[in-house]
Amino acid sequence: MSSAARPIATTRSAAGMPTGKLAVWWVIASEIVIFGGLLASYIMHRLAHDAWSAQAAHTNTWIGAFNTMVLLTSSLSAVLAHQAAERGDGPKAARLLYATVAGALTFLVVKAFEWSGEIGEGFTITSSTFWSFYYTAAGLHASHVIAGAILMLFVAADARRNLELHRVELIGIYWHFVDIVWIFLFPLLYIAK
Amino acid sequence: MAHAHATHHPINYIRVWFILVLLLIVSVAGPFLGIRWVTLLTAFGIACIKAVMVARNFMHINLEQRYISYVIITVLVFMLLFFAGVSPDVMKKEGSGWVKPSWKAAAAASSAAQGGAAHH
Amino acid sequence: MAEHAAPHHHDEHAAHHEAGFVRTYLFSTDHKIIAMQYMFTGMAMGLIGAYFAYAFNMQLAFPGMDVPGFGVVSASRYNALVTNHGSIMIFWVAMPVLLAAYGNYLIPLMLGCDDMVFPRINRLSYQIFLLSAIVLVASFFVPGGGFAGAWTSYPPLSAKPEYGLTPLGSSMWLAAVALEFVAFLLGGINFITTAMNSRAPGMRLYDVPMVIWMIVVASILFMCSVGPLIAGAIMLLMDQNLGTAFFDPERGGDPILWQHLFWFFGHPEVYVVLLPTVGIVAEIITTFARKKLFAYRTVLYTVFGTGVLSFTVWAHHQFIAGIDPRMAHIFTITTLLISIPIAEMMFIYIATLYGGSIQFTTPMLWALAFIGEFLIGGVTGIFLGASGADVYFHDTYFVLAHFHYTFFPITIIGFYAGFTYWFPKMFGKMMDERLGKIHFWGTIIPFNMIFIPLFVLGAAGQHRRIYDYRNFPDLSQPWMWNTRHVIAAAVCTMLAFQAVFFINLAKSLIAGKKAPKNPWRANTLEWTAESPPPHGNWAELPRVYRGPYEYSVPGRKQDYWPQNEPA
Repeated sequence: MSSAARPIATTRSAAGMPTGKLAVWWVIASEIVIFGGLLASYIMHRLAHDAWSAQAAHTNTWIGAFNTMVLLTSSLSAVLAHQAAERGDGPKAARLLYATVAGALTFLVVKAFEWSGEIGEGFTITSSTFWSFYYTAAGLHASHVIAGAILMLFVAADARRNLELHRVELIGIYWHFVDIVWIFLFPLLYIAK
Repeated sequence: MAHAHATHHPINYIRVWFILVLLLIVSVAGPFLGIRWVTLLTAFGIACIKAVMVARNFMHINLEQRYISYVIITVLVFMLLFFAGVSPDVMKKEGSGWVKPSWKAAAAASSAAQGGAAHH
Repeated sequence: MAEHAAPHHHDEHAAHHEAGFVRTYLFSTDHKIIAMQYMFTGMAMGLIGAYFAYAFNMQLAFPGMDVPGFGVVSASRYNALVTNHGSIMIFWVAMPVLLAAYGNYLIPLMLGCDDMVFPRINRLSYQIFLLSAIVLVASFFVPGGGFAGAWTSYPPLSAKPEYGLTPLGSSMWLAAVALEFVAFLLGGINFITTAMNSRAPGMRLYDVPMVIWMIVVASILFMCSVGPLIAGAIMLLMDQNLGTAFFDPERGGDPILWQHLFWFFGHPEVYVVLLPTVGIVAEIITTFARKKLFAYRTVLYTVFGTGVLSFTVWAHHQFIAGIDPRMAHIFTITTLLISIPIAEMMFIYIATLYGGSIQFTTPMLWALAFIGEFLIGGVTGIFLGASGADVYFHDTYFVLAHFHYTFFPITIIGFYAGFTYWFPKMFGKMMDERLGKIHFWGTIIPFNMIFIPLFVLGAAGQHRRIYDYRNFPDLSQPWMWNTRHVIAAAVCTMLAFQAVFFINLAKSLIAGKKAPKNPWRANTLEWTAESPPPHGNWAELPRVYRGPYEYSVPGRKQDYWPQNEPA
């Protein structure tokens, strides 16, 4: 019983799109609903609690902006990796994917410092419901960054040997989604004070 | 598996990135003007523009089959529906037969702090 | 070539040199084995859920008694029993059996491909599901016992340990539910992608069997609705364990938010479980009436419409929770509207049967019973959807009777209908028809004797979630106690008759007549494979030439026309 062999089913594309890509888009759709539920809940609370602006004032806009830049740049390297993969250059795609992972690590390290600072000043997850939402939303996002980076390492390892190059595009699509979530989290948590 | 880029001109990804960074700078600068609606416009309006730019230029959603866009738009509409159905309850401090004590207290404290001045 | 059969019935395969027992049955990526894993896990959980129902029904009828086989049902044990009965039946029986088991088994076979598109993710989804079941069952044995805050888990009862009294059980329950959601998200991706991409050559979208459409739409509904509840579950877990206040109005949170997050998913969820059964019934009635489905495209578009509408009705579960009355108006209208497409589908099924050559086989009996019983559930929902009437009916047994008249046909009748229909294909043997019919009547008659009286009791004011009605003089009238005794007797009878099914199952697996490829003379592709199908399903994958319901086509000698037969 070969569980490693790819079934014929996977190679068909009656819907006009390769199976892997179709699946990734459906993953994106379900993730939109997860983040959407959380962020909608946050927005409702934030709009109703003007007093939260006192708490929100303590988020560091510069760190948030820097992290936004980091993610935007990592999205650039991810799409350049896809371009390289399309041209059949597996090793180059892998290098660009590693650059993306480096961006992810930078994001996470900066966030770690940011959070330790805030916790040190006494803004813990229970100090106010604003902070509960802040850590939960950014934490859920960060967990997706971690998961994406790990998956990306596996894809890069294959790409380096010119294997499974189509997966470079797929992990890229997921990565851009993670970037887009942060594009909305940034103004929600940092700018709209 | 390469997809058909046959009829479209190649995207300059670095140029797109540059525009995204520029928009980021504008959205960070927005609050410094001090006008609330400008801040919200630059912050969220720009976020929407950036999201669409990433979706089109990096995710190539406009090159995929149409139904992908429909699926994404549908789930976004569901999120709006969720917000519309839930916010009338969650955003209120009291209703018929119930009250959220800490919300009332916080609202009272905040309007006292602002000297009772009108604010939106 | 490895033959596939029920995992715990064919130990001779352990000696098969091609692949060991563990590899074949425990770590398989074959969709048929994974389907059986889901099926049997769901059945096992169903036995646990049924056991709980037995225990609390005895308590309701004879409060304070030492229930044989269980013990005394105290107030807190009662709450844990009803909470876990509901949770198990919905999340660990209906979902795995109807969606995961039938979906996994049928999608590749009915679409003419050799497996799901992502077999290893398929295996992973079952493993996560199994873990969720283990976590849930483990929660019954921790200090404090299993979660007892109702399957809807409303805070603050579920958020604050000092109210709920089950600090460990509450979080384990939530974790189990969250794991189950992840398993089904993974499974859903597989189902949708396989159905969209892997159809047999020649199979247009309108040639796809209705049950496949239904399972795919159900998967889409699940994936689009579960997100907010996952977010909510994370928030509730934090409230329970970290002391956050997402749902605590004393500290800036809102318990109504939980209700909305829960029901935004909770309502589409009932359609997630309904649609597969409606699909199974379509397959069965067309086969055993030897008639084509009356209006395939109408059913299809109706299902799409129902799916979209199902996202607009959720707050009818919250009419008396203090929601904005203007919202209550809107939700009343949408709720009453959604009864229209469902009724339409039932009418189409009746039109399908009209003028057909009906064969009253066991699967057909179950399918017909579904239509009749679900209709009762549907029309009683209208009383509850009208917010004015719901002010009275909410939290009474009227609601309970309504949802058992929907859930029981969906889960139990649907399961038996599909199982008796596809058993020959799954196991290569025929089931005993006589035992099947005894089991059918022994289930259906007591079922109605349990739940019709509950409409009456509910309308008379019997509230839900009360463990001892002796404390309520209004609800302790003699006729009410007599009714409760009848209900308890019916519960015991119905549960006892399930033994007939298990005897039939064992007897058929061990000594049943060998099943041909197509015992029911049906059209769809799964009946062209061996019974049971080998790994890979066919040596050569089929090609399709027509739709799935070409029965009794005028001018043809045979009254059926398989999809893969060249014209």
